[in-house]
Amino acid sequence: MLRRYIIRRSIAALITLFGVSVLIFFLARVMPGDPAMIALGETATLEQIANYRERLGLNEPLLVQYVVYITSVIHGDLGDSLYTHGAVLDDLAHTFPATLELILFSTVLMITIGIPLGVLAGRFRDGFIDNFTRVFSLLGVVTPSFVWALFLMLVFAFYLDVLPAQGRLSEGVEPPAFVTGLYLVDSIVAGDWATFRDASAHIVMPGTALAMASVGQTTRMTRANVGESFDKTYIEFARAYGFKGFRTAAVYALRPALIPVLTIMGLDIAIKFGSAFLVETVFSWPGMARYGVQVILFKDLNAIVGTVTIIGFFFIVINLIVDIVVSFVDPRIRLGALAQ
Amino acid sequence: MTEGTLIEVEDLHVRFDLFEGVSHVLNGVGITIRNGERIGLVGESGCGKSLLARCILGLLEQKNIRIDGAIRYHGRDLFAMRGSEWRDLRGRRITMIFQDPTAALNPVFTVADQMVEVIQRGGNRKRKREECLDIARGALRRVFIDDPDRVLRSYPFQLSGGMAQRVIITMALANDPELVLADEPGTSLDVTVQEQTLRLMATLTQEAGAAVLLIAHNLGVVREFCERLYVMYGGVIVEEGSVEEIFNEPLHPYTQALFGAVPRLWGGDLPKAIAGMVPDYTQAPEGCRFHPRCPHAKPECQSTPPWVKLGEGRGVRCVLFEGAERSTVHA
Ligand SMILES: Nc1ncnc2c1ncn2[C@@H]1O[C@H](COP(=O)(O)OP(=O)(O)O)[C@@H](O)[C@H]1O
Ligand code: SF4
Ligand SMILES: [Mg+2]
Repeated sequence: MLRRYIIRRSIAALITLFGVSVLIFFLARVMPGDPAMIALGETATLEQIANYRERLGLNEPLLVQYVVYITSVIHGDLGDSLYTHGAVLDDLAHTFPATLELILFSTVLMITIGIPLGVLAGRFRDGFIDNFTRVFSLLGVVTPSFVWALFLMLVFAFYLDVLPAQGRLSEGVEPPAFVTGLYLVDSIVAGDWATFRDASAHIVMPGTALAMASVGQTTRMTRANVGESFDKTYIEFARAYGFKGFRTAAVYALRPALIPVLTIMGLDIAIKFGSAFLVETVFSWPGMARYGVQVILFKDLNAIVGTVTIIGFFFIVINLIVDIVVSFVDPRIRLGALAQ
Repeated sequence: MTEGTLIEVEDLHVRFDLFEGVSHVLNGVGITIRNGERIGLVGESGCGKSLLARCILGLLEQKNIRIDGAIRYHGRDLFAMRGSEWRDLRGRRITMIFQDPTAALNPVFTVADQMVEVIQRGGNRKRKREECLDIARGALRRVFIDDPDRVLRSYPFQLSGGMAQRVIITMALANDPELVLADEPGTSLDVTVQEQTLRLMATLTQEAGAAVLLIAHNLGVVREFCERLYVMYGGVIVEEGSVEEIFNEPLHPYTQALFGAVPRLWGGDLPKAIAGMVPDYTQAPEGCRFHPRCPHAKPECQSTPPWVKLGEGRGVRCVLFEGAERSTVHA
């Protein structure tokens, strides 16, 4: 039953994704700016530009262009990038895992720090932990991620000199054999601990910088909801019937309180794509957020459509995961969805 | 302590430290509940009824509270008890039924999970889940739930209000308690459902021989269900007596005002006609707390009126009855 719900959701998601890619295809082409002119630079003659446009097929009607494009997509070719001159698919295969690893790393921080801290603060309202958490999370939320990035870099790479400041791996260290594209995972799979350590050292700072806002946000949300949950009648009922302390705190109050937090966390993960651009720039992280901005500035049509589609795909997957987790936690949603 | 006394509340004061000042809510409350007795507690909303029930159960743990006086359970001072011992009473010897049964159940756990949590604490040893479920099924049948397994499998949002209230009643009685605190049970439900579940509660508690403290807005309910009554105003017990005594001859001016409109058997709420409001507890009136609203107020009412004992289980706190101990006096 749950599987049918997931399949139905997935099909709807794929249709949305297709719509987004079509929209971006046409939007990218009607945006001001001539890709041929940008690609050839200031010195190009009008004739060179016209020839280049012809070669790119930009003089055809939009619909024809789309048919050509979609035909090659069906054959597994997303076209070439004007910016890197490589195949867009190859570019994405390199840059997407780098960004994904950064986002997953900061998501792990968000969950493992934000939720426990929020629970403690909500359980012991106005106590020491709550006051500390309030300041900590506010600081996290109001400080832009690139400020964290610069701050961390200054302290740990420059003054203390304990962490590397650039890239995913030190020079001379070979990436582990490709399995997922996530170096931390792939190096564990390969059993290569030296590479794992090196990759960890590289991801700590950008990952933390990217995590701070969402850790703060998750802490605040959890605290608010758990705190509120403790005022609910069912908590008083549980106390009136002598339910064990642990159960009351950890399960009885937390599980209902977690439902809105999960939804917000999903949004937070999606937002990370935006913040990732600046963090990737500060740490020279070879990720897709940076790639995406560069190809937009370059009006690199194929790369734009490819990047946006991948990001859209990622959003949809995150949403789907959140929905599934929420439906596990909240019987009202699970049974409601099944009843449809 | 006289024989058969279950709960004795003596000179109970509850104060909250608030931003606006000290809120002195309960101001010397004393009540006695004997084994198996059905007691009513009435008074306008905000007069401290729920607070008293929460004190008896020991649910008030906030930092800004100060509780003085004594609550004795079979003669033992609850405030002197270890926390774990008091906790052991909850859900076993003393239980509570809330106003809104749907809100009292946790939305994300099944009824079975929540009933097991209660039932496994009954008995002398920890019961296994299957054993608890068997007990639950039997208990649910006693509140006329024909298909207990369906109810046990359900989440609270799948139950009607009346069904949820039956579940709560079952939980309240599952471990054979000595006292059930029923705080306006089911007032959030519609009137007929409330009436049905109240009758059910009345029958079952009587069968089980449990004492009940019924907090009610509805005088009709109290009249039908209770033996003895306490009337509370502004954190003070102002009158005590049997149901007949108080209904036939209310003595305290507040009780008279409260009974001003002849209560219907069911669905008759407190008359709204009493002018004025329950006092602000940060600046409660000196002396008799009712004097700003009392038609008989006199200068003497500025100092605290004595408790005038008019007989066994009959008393009133009002200057009009001073010196009238143990005789019948009409106000
Ligand atoms: N936790 C609390 N903190 C501060 N004031 C409280 C608290 N609980 C109850 N009170 C005050 O005590 C008074 C009596 O409340 P309550 O016992 O709920 O009245 P009732 O049940 O008779 O309607 C109210 O004025 C309320 O503001
Ligand atoms: S003591 Fe005075 S003010 Fe209070 S009820 Fe009696 S007559 Fe009224
Ligand atoms: Mg109340």
